[in-house]
Amino acid sequence: MKKVIMGNHALSYGAMLARSQVIAAYPITPQTQVVELLSEMCADKTLDARFIKVESEHSAMAACIGASIAGARTFTATSSQGLALMHEMLHWASGGRLPVVMGDINRSMGPGWSIWTDQNDSLSQRDTGWMQYYCASNQEVVDTVIQAFKVSEQLAIPSMVVLDAFALSHTYEVVEIPDQGKVDAYLPPFKPQVRLTPDDPHAFGGLTSPEHYFELRYKLQKDMEKAPSLIEKTGREYEKLFGRYLGLVDDYLCEDAEIILVTSGTAGYTARGAVDDMRKSGIKAGNLRVKVFRPFPFEHIRRIVKNAKKVAVVDRNISYGHHGMFFQEVKSALYGYDNSLPVFGFIAGLGGRDIMPSSFREVVEIALAKDKPEEEIIWIGVKR
Amino acid sequence: MKKPRTMKLSLPEEELVGSGNLACQGCGATLAMRYVLKALGQRTVLCIPACCWSVIDGPFPYSCLGVPVFHCAFETAASTASGVKAGLEMVGDTETTVVAWGGDGGTFDIGIQALSGAAERDDDILYVCYDNEAYMNTGIQRSSATPYGAWTTTTPVKHFKNRPKKDIAAIMAAHRIPYIATGSVAYPEDVYKKAKKAKDTRGTRFLHIYAPCPTGWKSRPEDSIKLARMVVQNCVFPLYEIENGEKYTLNIKVKDKKPIDDYLKLQGRFRHLTPDQIQLMQEEVDRNWQRLLKKTETSG
Amino acid sequence: MTKKKDAPKIIFKSEKEMPMMPMSIGSMLHNKTGAWRNIRPVIDLQNCIQCGICWKFCPDMSIYIENEFPYVDYDFCKGCGICAEECPVKCIAMVEEEK
Repeated sequence: MKKVIMGNHALSYGAMLARSQVIAAYPITPQTQVVELLSEMCADKTLDARFIKVESEHSAMAACIGASIAGARTFTATSSQGLALMHEMLHWASGGRLPVVMGDINRSMGPGWSIWTDQNDSLSQRDTGWMQYYCASNQEVVDTVIQAFKVSEQLAIPSMVVLDAFALSHTYEVVEIPDQGKVDAYLPPFKPQVRLTPDDPHAFGGLTSPEHYFELRYKLQKDMEKAPSLIEKTGREYEKLFGRYLGLVDDYLCEDAEIILVTSGTAGYTARGAVDDMRKSGIKAGNLRVKVFRPFPFEHIRRIVKNAKKVAVVDRNISYGHHGMFFQEVKSALYGYDNSLPVFGFIAGLGGRDIMPSSFREVVEIALAKDKPEEEIIWIGVKR
Repeated sequence: MKKPRTMKLSLPEEELVGSGNLACQGCGATLAMRYVLKALGQRTVLCIPACCWSVIDGPFPYSCLGVPVFHCAFETAASTASGVKAGLEMVGDTETTVVAWGGDGGTFDIGIQALSGAAERDDDILYVCYDNEAYMNTGIQRSSATPYGAWTTTTPVKHFKNRPKKDIAAIMAAHRIPYIATGSVAYPEDVYKKAKKAKDTRGTRFLHIYAPCPTGWKSRPEDSIKLARMVVQNCVFPLYEIENGEKYTLNIKVKDKKPIDDYLKLQGRFRHLTPDQIQLMQEEVDRNWQRLLKKTETSG
Repeated sequence: MTKKKDAPKIIFKSEKEMPMMPMSIGSMLHNKTGAWRNIRPVIDLQNCIQCGICWKFCPDMSIYIENEFPYVDYDFCKGCGICAEECPVKCIAMVEEEK
C-alpha cells in the first residue's frame, strides 16, 4: 500500500511493522512526530506495545535497555542533544549485547541552538559499538528499520537508523508500506538466548576484571565484523519479499568514473543529480553513497574506487582538530591498498546550510584542478 | 544438651542471598537485601545501579543471589526497572516483582530524576533504597543522605557535612505514589511485613531502609544492629508508612525517646562534634519528630 | 538450612567458553570468606535459648539451624561479632582465631 508520509513517520511505520513491544522516548525537535505517531498507534492498538513517557533521553535508553534484557523488542528515537545525553547508555546497550533499534534525526549540536541538519550528533557516537545506517529516502527508512531489527537481533548488537533533520525527517515522499504479514514472515518474534527471568536467574553486567573484559569486547568486535555479510544476506531476503535491496552502499556511475564523490544522507541523493549534470558536460563523475557507516564497508569502498583517478569525500560533519569523519574513515580504508589514489576531503552543510548540486560541482572542480590535496580539508560554502 | 524444643523463626528460613559475598563485616546493606528478598520471594528481578551491591553480589562470572539481576548505570535504577517491567509484561510475565535496588547516592542524588519520573508515571516497580548515608562504594564520600555533622572524605572534620539529610520520604510522598515505608535492619520482621505489603501493591512503591556501614561510619562491626535499633529509639530514623502520599502511619510509637548522644558516640564519623553542635542536631531531630507526629495525627 | 555446599571456581581458557555478555554462570560459594576472620563466634549450646536471633541478624547467612539449634558455618563466617552482641543470654563468645 502506498502512502505519502514524512521521514519521521517512516520511522514510526518501521517500528510498528517490526512489532516493537516497548517504546521509551522523550521529545526533541525534529524527532517529535516519530514518537507522536507511535503514541497514537499504541493508543488505538494498531501497535501492541508499551509506550513509556520517560522524563529524559538518558532514561529513554535506560528503559529500552531494561525492556530489552527482559526479552522485549524495543525502539526509541532521538536527535542531537538527546542523543548526546544518551551517550553513556549507548555503551551500556552495546556492551550489554542488547538489540535496541533507534531512529536518530541528524541535528546539529548546540550551542548556539540549531535544529537543522548535520551529522556530528550521530558520528560522535561512532565508537559506542552501535551499527549506523544513513538513509536518503523515506522508503529507505521504513525498509532499513525492519532490516535493522533482524540484523541486530541476530548479532545482539544495537543499531541506529539516521535521517537528516527536515531534509528527510519532514519531507513527504511516496512510500510503499510493506505488508504486515510479509514483515512477520521476514522478522519473527524476538527470542533472545538469555534474558532477565526468575526461571533462569543470572546476574548481568557485573564487575568484570581485566581477566575477562578483554575477551568480552573481542567478542563484540568479532560479531560486528559479521555484520556486512549479514546485512547483505538479510537484504537479499528482504528483496525477495519486497522487491527492494538496500545493501551497504549505493554506487552510481562509479564503474567508469574518473572522480568519485563519497557522500551520505540526503546530500548523497543531491550528488546523484549533480553527477548526471557533470556527465552531460563531459566530466566522468560517479557517486558512492555510504548507507552503512558502522560496521564500516571497507571492502565495498576499496572495490568501488579501484579504477577511479580521484576520490572526493563530502562530509556534513567535522571532528574538530582533525578532518571530516567519512573522510578519515575512507582514507583509512584505502591506506595500504591504494596509496596512490588521491583522496580529497570537503566539509559542507554544517548547521543545515544547504548542499546544492552546485556545491558538488565546486567540489569536483577543485579536485580535478589539483594532482593531490594541498590542504588538509577544504570548506565549501563558508563565507570567508 | 538440653531436650530441644522446636525453634520458631520469625522469618522464613529460605535464603535468597548467599554466603561468600563480598560485603564488609557487619554490613547493613546485606541484611536489608536478605530481609526484603525473604518477603518478595524468588519471582523477583533486581535492577542494581552502581552502589555497594554492585560489588557485594560478586564479580563476573558469579553471583551470590538466587534471583536474576541486571546491573545498570548509576542514575538509571528506576528507569531501567520501568523498562524491565514493561518488557516483562509484553513477553507475558505479569507476576515477577521488578525491584530497583539502589544505595542512597544513586537514589537521593544522581538517580533522583529517574526515580521522580517513574513515580510520576506510577510505574509498577518497587524501589528500595538502602541507606548507608554516603557514597560508600567509592570510598565514603558525602551524599545528600549524609546526616548533618558527619565526617566523610569530602566533608572532612573542618568542613563536616553542614546540610541536613534530604527528606526522601517527603519527596516521594509529593508524587502521591501508593506506598512508602521506612525500615531498619534491627527490625527485620517490620521490614519483611512492609516488603510483603509493597509486593502486593500496584504502582510505584518506595522503601527506605537504614543500613549501618561500619567501614564508612567508623563503628564496630558488631554494633550494626545496635545502631539500627538506637536510630529508631531516638527518633533519628522513625519507622512509618505513607499511603497515597497522604496517610501517615507510625509503626513504632516511641514512648521513651532517647537523646542522640549514645548513638553518636558509637560512630567515629561523629567523634569531632562539640556539645553545641550535638545540641543543634538534637533540636533538629526533635523538630523532625514533632513534624512527623503531627502528620500522623492529622492524616489518621 | 544445612551447611552450604561447595561451588567451583570458574576458569575460562578461551573466549569461546565465555558467554556473549557479562553474565553470572556460577555462585559465590566458591569464595570462602571465613578466611577474613580474626575472631570467631563460639555458641554455647547448653545455655542457648533457641530464640533464633543470631540466625536472624547474621549478615553472611553463616548461622544455620540444625536439630533446632544454631551452628556457625566457619567456611563463610566473617567474624563480625553481631551474633555475640545481639544474643540475649550472651551465650556466644568471640574467640581469637588460632594461626
